[in-house]
This record gives sequence, structure tokens and C-alpha cells, in this order.
Amino acid sequence: MSKPVIKCENVYKIFGANAEKMLQDSNGNVDAKTFQENGCIVGVNNASFEVSKGEMLVVMGLSGSGKSTLLRCISRLTDATGGKIFIEGQDLLQLNNRDLIDLRRNKMGMVFQSFALLPHKTVVENIAFPLQIKGIKTEDSISKAMDMVKLVGLDGRENYFPRELSGGQQQRVGIARSLAVEPDIWFLDEPFSALDPLIRKEMQDEFLRLQDKLQKTIMFITHDFDEALKLADRIAIMKDGIIEQLDTPANIVLNPATEYVRKFTEEVPREKVLLIKDVMEVSKDNLGDLKVSKDEIIENVAEKILTQEKPVAVVDENNEVIGSINPTKIINTVFGGRKNNN
Amino acid sequence: MELLKKYPKTFQWLFLLIVFFALCFAIDVPETYKFIRGQAEFVKDPNQSSYVFLGKEVRYYAFDVFWRLPPLLGWLPIWINDSLFFLMNDWMPIEVWNEDTQEFKSRPIVLQISRNLTAFMTFLIELIREILLGGLETIVAFTSWDWIDKNPWAELPGLPWTIVAAGAALLSYKLSGKGLALFAGLTMVYISVFGQWKPSMQTLSFILVAAPLSFIFGLGLGIAAFKSKRVEKALYPILLVMQTMPQYAVLVPALVLFGVGDHAAVIITMVVAIPPMILLTLLGLRAVPPEVIEAGRMSGCNNFQLMFKVLIPTARRDILIGVNQVIMVCFSMAVISAFIGAKGLGFNLLLALNQLNIGLALEAGLCISLIAILLDKMSLAWANKQTDYFGNLNFYQRNKNLLFFGAIFVIGIVLAYIGTYLFKDTFNYLFEIPHNKGISTADFWNKGVDWIFDTFFIYIKAFNTWLIQDVLQPMRALYLRMPAIATIVLVVGAGYLIGGLRSALVVCALTLFIAFSPWWDRALVTAYMATFGVIVSCIIGFTVGTLCFQNKHSANFMLGVCDIFQTFPSFVYLIPVMMLFGITDTSVLIAVIVYATIPATRYTIEGLRSVPAGLHDAATMSGVNKFQRLTKIEFPLAFPHMMLGINQTIVFALFMVIIGAFIGTEDLGQYILKALSDKKGAGIGLTLGICVAFIALIFDNLIRAYVQKRKKHLGID
Repeated sequence: MSKPVIKCENVYKIFGANAEKMLQDSNGNVDAKTFQENGCIVGVNNASFEVSKGEMLVVMGLSGSGKSTLLRCISRLTDATGGKIFIEGQDLLQLNNRDLIDLRRNKMGMVFQSFALLPHKTVVENIAFPLQIKGIKTEDSISKAMDMVKLVGLDGRENYFPRELSGGQQQRVGIARSLAVEPDIWFLDEPFSALDPLIRKEMQDEFLRLQDKLQKTIMFITHDFDEALKLADRIAIMKDGIIEQLDTPANIVLNPATEYVRKFTEEVPREKVLLIKDVMEVSKDNLGDLKVSKDEIIENVAEKILTQEKPVAVVDENNEVIGSINPTKIINTVFGGRKNNN
Repeated sequence: MELLKKYPKTFQWLFLLIVFFALCFAIDVPETYKFIRGQAEFVKDPNQSSYVFLGKEVRYYAFDVFWRLPPLLGWLPIWINDSLFFLMNDWMPIEVWNEDTQEFKSRPIVLQISRNLTAFMTFLIELIREILLGGLETIVAFTSWDWIDKNPWAELPGLPWTIVAAGAALLSYKLSGKGLALFAGLTMVYISVFGQWKPSMQTLSFILVAAPLSFIFGLGLGIAAFKSKRVEKALYPILLVMQTMPQYAVLVPALVLFGVGDHAAVIITMVVAIPPMILLTLLGLRAVPPEVIEAGRMSGCNNFQLMFKVLIPTARRDILIGVNQVIMVCFSMAVISAFIGAKGLGFNLLLALNQLNIGLALEAGLCISLIAILLDKMSLAWANKQTDYFGNLNFYQRNKNLLFFGAIFVIGIVLAYIGTYLFKDTFNYLFEIPHNKGISTADFWNKGVDWIFDTFFIYIKAFNTWLIQDVLQPMRALYLRMPAIATIVLVVGAGYLIGGLRSALVVCALTLFIAFSPWWDRALVTAYMATFGVIVSCIIGFTVGTLCFQNKHSANFMLGVCDIFQTFPSFVYLIPVMMLFGITDTSVLIAVIVYATIPATRYTIEGLRSVPAGLHDAATMSGVNKFQRLTKIEFPLAFPHMMLGINQTIVFALFMVIIGAFIGTEDLGQYILKALSDKKGAGIGLTLGICVAFIALIFDNLIRAYVQKRKKHLGID
């Protein structure tokens, strides 16, 4: 496995006057309640994880769970109170101001919930802004920005002002701006939360299309569990600053680590989330004629499988049989074990 | 007991009032007490006590401390004054090379700095005046008279008025559109045709120097305050006092530091105009959404780029509103600075008022008002104008305005040149219409005033007498009858009941400062006039505001009227009242009422408007009628905002009362006016100004504390 692009080790963020001293005294055992009694608010509590290249980590949590704070620690918009953060092996907290600015100018892009566009600049100027800040000549930056305009599908509107665009279009500008410097690491802070449901879905699809093309290393913040399931390679679920569980969507749905996580997964339509490979069995006995790919979503093949009597063969991309799936398993997965008392 | 528990606040207030009145009745007026009318009378009086503090002797009438506190701060103005003189005349002499006598001369450093500063200001003002009106001083400053003699072409005339007028119209067109352009053009033509060109341009040049400088310093300090909490904390009290200090009062120290004339006026104008700029810069920068700042940081901005490429452009509108404020303050100072010898419209106005030539005063006043409206509208249009961007413009489109101005420039010069032939024997009206050689309507107005006096004299006089004898005199007597200790108990008690201990302490400190100053009696008279003005203003303002609110158009109309009236420098309001009521307290009070009704009306309408539409609908669906809706929904919710209006009303009223001293009142303003002509008046003027500011701040503190509480209670912010 390649070196992680983002690596966090025991990251803490505590707000308050004597936060650092309190953190030192607590020896890493931070209890939000005792801290609060002493006038400190715990934002992030002992977060450790890695994100590898090209991976999309979605951080999910309700408001106040510390997910945005975590993101701001990693982009160093706020300084973490304790712990270590490495960006491509560099210790982020040790960087001086100049190196930090360099890092942001070349390696990082960020999209914001409220779009955060500059009201006095046109679409193309907004997108060219990070390039111009870097010191790139106006014509070059504008022509580069025009490529970005095309990438997010805003051609023809490049001379509009943000105030003349709809929310979805504004966020497209935000996305284009964050991509203008061709960053390796892409932070998205609830990028679609301020949008209408229909537009949100459209933007999510668009986002997946872009990611397919660009293969960035992504940290994506959301409070919408469905969105997390739809986009993520891995999901981190946060509560009160603590990462409750960090796992693949399938594992979170199938094996919730805590009661809190389980509550989220209860209502999730599993057939839409789980893949065949998540529920298949290894035995290859007594197979029927039907073959399904291991990467299919259950929903798409459920009907076909359920009409079979024998177990169905599961094949990988080379069309080799790697396991089987029983129709009853499908029924159990979709309907079983959801609400015990209902 | 039940009642007491149910309405604890009411009983606390009742108790406070009982204590207050008990004190008032318990403490008799000392037999020796009298209201000191003039300083001379005071100096001669033998029944005085005195004490010496810091080497300054303070003389005063000793009364029972419950009746009037001794002026323990009486040394302060003298001390300020002596310190200023020491700074200016003796402190740290340095050797300065004197061009004229070709030798070194010893001069105190502060004096030298002040002289250099004033010289620089004079240079700037002269430069602009010479562009607008013609002259040689600036060119001579860089060369010499001999050089001018050799190069007669350098004796350039000023810009013909046609160019300035058309230029103003063009600028207005670019900022806003046809309407404003027409207004700008007409205003300029009016000014020129009525022979006010020269003073108007003098005033304008004053603003063109003072406003940009104030803007730069205000923006810089605002940024500094935004970046550092410590700077903000240090600036805050100064800003508060400067906002409530009558502009009049700051003129006095300026006299000592910078002398008489435009340069001194410009510097002191900056002192007054910078605080609102700082406040609005701070406000604007604070209002930038945090995510925009983060977006800037993530784009890799360094601190400098973040401030100038992200924060300031995003806060553009608030900052430009600050510019609008700066311009308006500069303008009103330009008028008032006539008292320290600044040239221009204000000077003509002052002269006309002094001669009681109401017609001339009215003409100057009208000019002032028109320019004020024009400047206000132009700067507001600038603030509200959104940047527009059009990709590929060709050369003509890009430089359209510049080309137009070029054309105007050429046409203007040609016109002026033709004028030299047309008006061979008289003045060249196409170049510049000299002062008082234009059309004058002064005679007409004077006759009008005479007519009004002849016709309505009896009624006006009767009204005047009634107001003074039956309302004002008793009220004034009541105020003066209050023992100092009773007043302090009342004010501090109110502070405690409204805002808790902290408020009480602040209010107590402010009141004690005034009580320990030698001018407690005068402060009472100021307070009485302001109270009267505020009460009447609020009644009128609330009524008018509520009535106008009933209809959307009338509400907008009223707000427009308020906008216009607010732009007039306060001094202008004295003209019409002097016209009608002559030189009496009534005149001042009517000016106060007119001036202070503006914020009362405005805040009433705005407050009523801020009631959420959802509540309106909810009330309508509950089946309220219009009156019920007003009393049960709108008034309670709008009340906090209306209270802020009262706050503004008080500040406006106090300003006007102080300026009213020009007509002749016996309040703090009279002493400020006196200090202006007193060589040792700097300390007195400053202390008096602070006293007035503190009166305003006492009410400000109480009202703000109340509003905050009330808003929290209502859950609106």
C-alpha cells in the first residue's frame, strides 16, 4: 500500500483559554464534560486515521459533532491543540507560515458550504483567484480558469457575478475554484448541504463524475448519511468530537460499532448500499446457471436472484467464480434484523 | 405583598422616585444660591471659596455638598490648557533652519510639527483651490516669483465653472444615472448663477482634502482595530466620546494647536471624520462571512492579500458607506469651521447670520443644503453601485467617460474664451460668476421676513411669550431646583435598575465627572433644553412615523425626507427659525425639535418595518384589526428599535442645543462659544465638550442596556 496522503495521530482540538494545559494534564483521556465545566469545549477528541491516495473519506456527523473542526485542523485553518497531522509525510503543525501558504497554493483545494465566493469578482475571476494569488499572469490564469469553467459546465456564464447565479451554479464555481490549482488533496465542507434536494442529487452525480476523472484524495464532510453512503470509499462517523466508527459503507451498515452508528443505519435501504460481494458466501457448491458480478448493487440484481432456486454464482471482473449467493440471503439482508421489535 | 412580588420592577422604580423626590424636598435651596450668568460676574463676586490643586487655583461658590458638589475637577481645564501651552511653547526646543533669515532658530518640537502639518495642509488646499478657482501659490511654492515673471504662461486660470458643472453631472451619471446627473447639473448651475461659486468651490476643496485623508486614516485604523483586540479596546472609548461630542467643541483645541484658518479646520475635521470611518470599516470587515476568509486562506493568500484582495473588496459596501459618512461629516465641519476662520459657504453664512441678513443667510444655506444632498446621493450611489464587468470592450467603450470629460473640457474652455468677447465690459459669466454678482434673491427673502414679522408679529410674540413663560421657565427652574445628590441618585438608580451594577457604575462615573466640573448648572440647563426637545421630537416622530407606516408609499416618502434633512449641516437649521422667531430660546428649541425629529421618525418607521412578516400574517389570521395589530404586535416588537431612535434623538438634540448657543442660550454651548474667542479656552472647550458627550453617553448607556435586555427577552437580534 502506498504512503498515506493524510495521516492524523491523536488529534485534539479544544477551544478555551487554558485548553493546552488541560489537555496535557488529562494525558489524552479527554472527557468532554469535565472540560466543559472548566470552560473548555472539545471540538475534536483523539482522532487518528489515514487517507490514502485517490481515496474518498467522508466524515459524517450531526451539527456540533466536530466534523468541520476536524477538517479545519487538517487544512490548518485552525491549529490543532494536540496530536500530529502529516500531509504527504510533512508534519503540518511544524510548517511555518510561508510553507503553509505554499502547501495551500499547490496541494490543497477546499469547497465551502456557503460557497464563499468573492462577490466583486466574476465567475472566471473567482476561479482564477487562487492562480492569481500564486502570482500567475492574468491571461494564463484566465485561460486556465476557462478550462475549469468548462469542466464544471458553466461555459457561457463565465462573466456572470456570483449574485446572478443559482445556488447550484455558485457551488460549481466553488468547486472549479478549488480545483484551479490542480490540488492533490481536496477538502469539501458540506458542499451540497445548502442546495435543494434535486440539485443536490445532480451535484452528487456530477461530483462522482469529476472524481472518476480526477482521482483526487478527498475529505468530504456531510451531515447526510445517504450522501455519505453514496459517495464514500470509507466513512468516519463522528459524535461529540470522537470518531465512533471508520469503515467502508458496507461494514458500517452490516456491523455498526456502536449504538449511535446503529441508529443511523437502521433506516438505510440496504439493497441500495450493499454490493453482492458484501453479502456473498465463499462456498461454491451447488451453483445454478445465473452469474452475477461481485460489484453489482443488490437492488439491481435482486429480482433476478430471487427468481432462482439454487444459489447464484458470483464472479469477479475476469468472469471467474469466487463465491455464491443464496436467494434467502438476499431476503435476510434486505428485510431481516432491522427493527427487532417491529 | 402579593403585588410586590408580582411587579417587583415597578415597585423598585416607585421606590427610586420616592427617594428622589424626598431628597428634592428635604434639601432646600441655599440662600446664597444663584445661577451665574457670566464669568465676569463670577470673578468679581467676593463670596467665594477656593482651593489649590496641582498649582492651579480653582474658585467656586461653596454650597452644601448635597445641593451642589464642589468643582473638584475645576483644575482640569486650566491644567489641560497650561499643558497645551507648555507643549506648544516650551517643551523640547529643537533647532530649525529658517529659510528667510538664513539662520537656525530654536523652536519647540510640537510647534514645529504643527507648523509643518499645517503648511502641508495649506499646500493641499491651495492646490485644489487653484485648480478650481485659479491662482499661483502652488506653482510659486515649487519655483519662485521670478520664474513666474519669466514664464507668464504658467499663470493658468482656474477651471471655468461650466467644466466643473458638466463634470459633476457626468460623474453622477456614471454613478447613478440620468436623475442624479440632472440634479448635479442643476445644482451647479444654481450655485454659479446665484453667485455662490467661489465660496462653494472653497468649501469643496476643503472636502476634497479632508475626506480622502480621513478615509485613509480611518481605513488604516479600522484595519488595525480589526486585526488586534487591543487596538480596538484602546480606540473604543475614544470613538464613543468622539461620536457624541459636539463638533463645535473640538474646534477650540484646534485653535491652540493649529491656529486659525482652513488648515486648522482640515486637521480638526479629520479628527471628527475618522471615528465613523473606523467604526464602519470595522463593521464591514466583521460582516465578511468566515467562510469567505477561509476560502481566501485556502487559496493561499498571505495576510496582505487576504486583507486587500478578499476582506476589503467583500466589505466594499460598508466601507463606502463609511466614505459617505466621512464626506457628510467633512461637509458639516466645513460649515462649522467658519468659527475658526475656514473660508467658504460656512463663512458667508456665519457673516450673514451675524448681520441678521436672513436673505443672504438663506441663499448660502440653500447652497449648502443642495451641495449636501448632492454629495450624499453621489457617495451613496457609489456605495450601492455594483461592480459591473463586461468582457471584451473596445477602446471607446472602455474610456467613454474619460473621452466625454475631455470633450467637456475643450468645450468649456472654448466657451470661456468666447465669453471674453461676449462680456467685454463686464465679468466673463462663462468663466466664473463672481461672488454677489449673480442673481440675488436676498432682498426678496428679507422683504418676506419683514412681511411675516409685520403680519404675524402679534401671534408669534404671543406664542413665544407663552412658551417661555409658561413652559420653558418653569421647566428650567425645576431642573435647577434639583439638588445634585438627588439627580445622581436618580440617574445611578435608573442605571442599576436597567442595566445592573456595571451600568450603574459607568453612569455614576459619567455623572460625577459633570457634577465635579464647574458647570453643573449649565449642564442642567443643557439637559432641560435637550429634554424638552427630545420629548416633543419623540411625540412628533412617533406619531408621524406610525401614521406614515400605514402606507408603503408614504413610509418610503417619509424616509426619503428624513434622508434629505439629515444631510443638512445642523447649522443650517438655525436660519429659518431665526427668520421666524428671532433671537430667543424658542428659536433654538424649534431648531432642536426639527432636527431631532428626523431620527425619531426614521427609527419608528424602520422599527415597525422590522416586525417579521410571518407575525403579521399570524396576527391577521387571529383576526386582529389594524389598531390591535399596531398596539399588540407591532409596537411591542418595534419598541427596542424605537428606543435606539430615542438614543439618536438625544444626540441630535444635544448637538443642536449646543450650536444654539450661537443664538444665545445659557447652557454649556454658551461657554464653548466663549472659549472659541478666549486665548486660554482650549482646556475649557475640551472639558465642556466632554461634559456634553458624557450627558449623551449617560442616556446612551441606559438605553442600550435596556434595548439589549428587551431584545433578549423578545428573542430578536
